[in-house]
Amino acid sequence: MRVLPALIALGVIMLPSPAFADPSAEPKPAAIGSAGTSFLTAVTITAEQPVKVAAVTGDYLYWSFPAEAGQRPELAVTVDLSKAADRSGAQSWTVEVFDGLRRRQACVGGEQSPVAAVSDTELTLGCRLRQVRSWAEPWDGDPLPGTYYVRLSSTDLPEKDLGLPIDVALTLTVATGDTGADQGTLAAPLVPDNRPGEVLTAAPVEEPAEADDGISLDWLPDFSSRWVWTIAGGVLAAITGLIGFSWTRRRRA
Amino acid sequence: MIHRKLSLVAAIGLIAASAFLGAGPALADETETEPPVVELVLDVSGSMKAADVEGGATRMTVAKQAFNEVVDSLPETTQLGIRVLGATYAGKSKRLGCQDTQQIVPVGTVNRVAAKNAIATLKPTGFTPIGLALREAAADLGDTGSVRRIVLITDGEDTCTPPDPCDVARELAAQGTELVVDTLGLAPDEKTRKQLVCISQATGGTYAAAQSEDELTDRIKQLVDRAALPPPVTPAAVTGAKDCAKAPLLAAGVYTDRELIGEHRYYRVAVDSGDELRASVSVALDRPLNRDYGVLIKAATMDGRELVRGVDASSGRADVISAGLRWSGDEEPDLSATSDICLEVSNSFASATAAGAPGMPVELSIGLAPASEAPDAPGLGRGLLLLFVLAIAGLVAGVLAGWLTRWWVAKWGVN
Repeated sequence: MRVLPALIALGVIMLPSPAFADPSAEPKPAAIGSAGTSFLTAVTITAEQPVKVAAVTGDYLYWSFPAEAGQRPELAVTVDLSKAADRSGAQSWTVEVFDGLRRRQACVGGEQSPVAAVSDTELTLGCRLRQVRSWAEPWDGDPLPGTYYVRLSSTDLPEKDLGLPIDVALTLTVATGDTGADQGTLAAPLVPDNRPGEVLTAAPVEEPAEADDGISLDWLPDFSSRWVWTIAGGVLAAITGLIGFSWTRRRRA
Repeated sequence: MIHRKLSLVAAIGLIAASAFLGAGPALADETETEPPVVELVLDVSGSMKAADVEGGATRMTVAKQAFNEVVDSLPETTQLGIRVLGATYAGKSKRLGCQDTQQIVPVGTVNRVAAKNAIATLKPTGFTPIGLALREAAADLGDTGSVRRIVLITDGEDTCTPPDPCDVARELAAQGTELVVDTLGLAPDEKTRKQLVCISQATGGTYAAAQSEDELTDRIKQLVDRAALPPPVTPAAVTGAKDCAKAPLLAAGVYTDRELIGEHRYYRVAVDSGDELRASVSVALDRPLNRDYGVLIKAATMDGRELVRGVDASSGRADVISAGLRWSGDEEPDLSATSDICLEVSNSFASATAAGAPGMPVELSIGLAPASEAPDAPGLGRGLLLLFVLAIAGLVAGVLAGWLTRWWVAKWGVN
């Protein structure tokens, strides 16, 4: 009987966990050399994909990336400024992140809006998003699974310094947090429906929803640390149950 | 052994559960769009004779060399045309000089040899009718439904105002399909720079300054490359109404409209009770504006009761300001079954100089997705407190079971 708790503990430790997967096994995606100029033309990037773009001061550069629940996307941007001799004053830069509904998302880390002095040759910006939630009230501004947009721009600079060449390097890293803290799932990710609009003359007639046949497993929560805690709790309860049972046995002298 | 089997069962259960993990966000199908059409508009006015570019070359030589390189490196599929201004009339008459613009390469797949020959014959000559050239370039590109881009390369300001080329650009952008003017200043002075910045801002384009041939070539290539990547959708034009009752009924998709400073525009959307309305709006800052500004999108019932709003405010330089909202038809099934939802788009811009028509470009994106269910209380637990409660419950249950067994044995005498 002494071996039993040890065996159970081993069983719990041996459980498969996505955290143990080796991320370095995946091939590195190819570098990206372009940026969009609006939400619609934003160039899609993925995590760890190097982005190097030549542009000019005053450009608004857009990229987009997909994010899933539990991720904490973080952006690091380096701007190589043009020759100091060509510039006449300080430049304020900003990197902003918007969700699939073009709602501004807060940066909780990183230098989001630095100012470059005339003598600076390089500028570093960064933005770390909050953890993407699996569900939120429709009224809520929480980050949700779907498309995210990045906009890099200079917000304030001398008019004279517009249009000077710069080089931009950007990297996106996506750390995965624990999804166990969240409840609920979003039925469809916040991905913009990019099709040409159509002005209707009458309300569309809804097709009746197809009957759902077959066994649905939607009620089963996704794998998360809650599974481990709950199962461990059950095991612990069984052990303490046995201990409690053994207390009521008459001790043999 | 039984216990080892139990943990194995638990492990298999977890593997099965993790296999049911929801699939990643599906990307929306991208609809096919026409490749964009581009026209390069080159200033060949008298001022291009100036030999002040890096290395002592004239502006014209540099522009010609840059054009040749660009023509050589064009992707096969690019639909490109070239128009010049101030290339033929050398006289003094402003009336004649300001009519001087010709298309030297028609819009289409480029014949490299013909294009280079046409460029080689250019001589810096006359006036700078930028406004007229823009108008003609927009006409050259036609209105085929694909995005139209003009790349304007000049070294000097318009010598034929009025009309102000900046107003012309804004007016052209407000007509027909999306028109973007990217501007390139060749060793620009202050006035030229201001004018080119104004033209690019009015159309959502970009401005760049070039001091050398390399800079000019790099930038034109950047712009042509960008133009080769068409946006995933050409938005449909719509005109929002002044109130809910007359508002156009919109299906899911992307729309463009124009809205004056301080104007409110209304649209209607039919939201089924099982659907979630997702709307976002971007208003482009296409003119000089006061420092602080904001945009508001509001979903309301047809009689004006507010359901939800999306709002954003900002200050300083920006290309667009955006806000979005979600509203689930599940919230009020009776309402979504009987009536449309009214969307109201308003702004809080102010401009000291250019508040009039045409309005500012509005991009409205409507999505209808399945409504998400609000989650129940969690089915699984976590944390040390959970372990503690379960352990105590197990202990109590064990003791009770033990007592029950002893009572059983005592009463019935069977073990």
